[in-house]
Amino acid sequence: MDFRLTKEQEFVRKMVREFATAEVEPIAADVDAEHRFPEENVEKMAKLGMLGIPFPKEYGGAGGDNLSYAITVEELSRVCATTGVIVSAHTSLCAWPIFNFGTEEQKQKYLPDLTSGRKLGAFGLTEPAAGTDAAGQQTKAEDKGDHWLLNGSKVFITNGGYADTFVVMAMTDKSKGTRGISAFIVEKGFEGFSIGKTEDKMGICGSSTTELIFVNCKVPKENLLGDLGKGFKVALSTLDGGRIGIASQALGIAQGALDVTVDYMKARKQFKKRLADMEALRFDVADLKARIDAARLLVYRAAEMKDRHVPYSAESAMAKLFAAETAMYVTTKCVQLHGGYGYTKDYPVERMMRDAKITEIYEGTSEAQKLVIAASVFGK
Amino acid sequence: MALKIIVCAKQVPDTNEIKIDPVTKTLVREGVPSILNHDDANALEEALKIKDQYPDTHITIVTMGPPQAKDMLIECLAMGADAGVLASDRALGGSDTWATSNALAAAIEKIGEYDIIFAGRQAIDGDTAQVGPQIAEKLDLPQVTYVEEFKLADDQKTITVKRQLEDGYELIELQTPCMLTAIKELNTPRYMSVGGIFDAVKVEIPTWGAADLGVDTDKEVGLEASPTNVYRSFTPAPKGKGEMLSGDSEKEVVDKLLVGLKSKHVI
Repeated sequence: MDFRLTKEQEFVRKMVREFATAEVEPIAADVDAEHRFPEENVEKMAKLGMLGIPFPKEYGGAGGDNLSYAITVEELSRVCATTGVIVSAHTSLCAWPIFNFGTEEQKQKYLPDLTSGRKLGAFGLTEPAAGTDAAGQQTKAEDKGDHWLLNGSKVFITNGGYADTFVVMAMTDKSKGTRGISAFIVEKGFEGFSIGKTEDKMGICGSSTTELIFVNCKVPKENLLGDLGKGFKVALSTLDGGRIGIASQALGIAQGALDVTVDYMKARKQFKKRLADMEALRFDVADLKARIDAARLLVYRAAEMKDRHVPYSAESAMAKLFAAETAMYVTTKCVQLHGGYGYTKDYPVERMMRDAKITEIYEGTSEAQKLVIAASVFGK
Repeated sequence: MALKIIVCAKQVPDTNEIKIDPVTKTLVREGVPSILNHDDANALEEALKIKDQYPDTHITIVTMGPPQAKDMLIECLAMGADAGVLASDRALGGSDTWATSNALAAAIEKIGEYDIIFAGRQAIDGDTAQVGPQIAEKLDLPQVTYVEEFKLADDQKTITVKRQLEDGYELIELQTPCMLTAIKELNTPRYMSVGGIFDAVKVEIPTWGAADLGVDTDKEVGLEASPTNVYRSFTPAPKGKGEMLSGDSEKEVVDKLLVGLKSKHVI
């Protein structure tokens, strides 16, 4: 067992940290306050290869690994969780299922635009009545001979308002339950496809979270992704990987909150002492550091297992469960360590606390992670 | 005709964290994070901009330093350079600027063909600004220092540069081959790219010792061959506060100044 990062992974961290510090951090508070999607930084990240990290160069990717991708989402989220989830949803939830389940034609057609960031990706599974119970899909896809006809709607779709390429789940045969679900590649601009309501959220306010509406939306026959009736499998294995992205986001939020809190504690004096010199508070920080490091080891292990192509479903669920709960715990504590200032928008920790909450909910709630983990213990 | 560019770069300690050895009066480098020298990043960026315009341009980074300087070369490759050369040998250790430029000039001669050599104006650890110009002298090349604007004509031979001076600037036209030293106003260095990193780590970077360079370890490189050494280093005491003169007219102020200067026997 070797706990050292490779040279490549170390350089990726250095590069993303430099980028995040210079380009992302300075606008993070504004992106949050103005609920603004940071388009300018998405463009910059695209140029630097950050939107296609774990994909081979033949499809326009960076030729990197999943751990480098996890480190990238972590470092971005350390200063701006909105930016982290844009990369995560694009990479894990749209480019990856096309890479893994797509035909050669689909990969050639869609991947180079996604991995180069010329186009942004999104993933449509959740519906008003199908959240954790993802099998309860209402969106229908009818076989019309030379095309599919999609009807229904999706909610809470990350990147929705800015994406060009969507991986969308729909029922092709309701009588077969989860075996009647199929996956489709839908392009922005397809007839009958529109973006609905944009959500007004507690955190990750710069991220575009929207409804997708399909009214007699015509999808070409060749845009079925994976086999007919295998959409639920596509969705579940996509979410296994997605959890690594969200776990990395949670890890980054936690680390970012601790870093700014340590700086604050070195400067802030009460009772003629720096907070950094008060033992009770030092113990708090020791606890936070240990929890974050434990989360990091779980997240990196899951990414490393994905790179090794061994089953990693339970490991990514544990990583996401633990990292998300760590992010919530750490950010809440960091607001507390800032005192009244931490509750104001003059300091970033209140934003980090609001951003952390979603990591316990999306791409599988903490409870859903426990279902996966428990199934690995007791069997399904 | 593909342009060949050589960029001289140096791995330096991050100046935010430097300490001076009280005995040798030189920088303590152990345990201090190392970075690509800032002006050298500008030098590389200008070469990369030429490559953006003429993609068949070939950029080689050359550096002298300990084995870990290879990491800085990987960073340069990940930004977009094509090749790197590390001049590294115990015998090169302790070289001053004269000896360093002997080693680097030898490395450049060994690389062979070049149209433009870029270097940073100076390194943040020594601040001498001597190595670039010395290399140009040794290679008998025309040189322009403090370059803040660079333009390559369509013939890919004629270069126009704006050279920053304290009180103005010079516009200079020159022909390749030549040596230019970059200042931070020249450009904004790009980041490494993720794809660039994964390619860069695979690139084989040759290490050339004194024997490979063909330099005389007694007379040309290393501590003993270096004509200069640090005699003493100190932090200058802050200057006393200046005296502000005031008066109702310029003449009155000048009169007061003259009286003051005469009383101190300055004039």
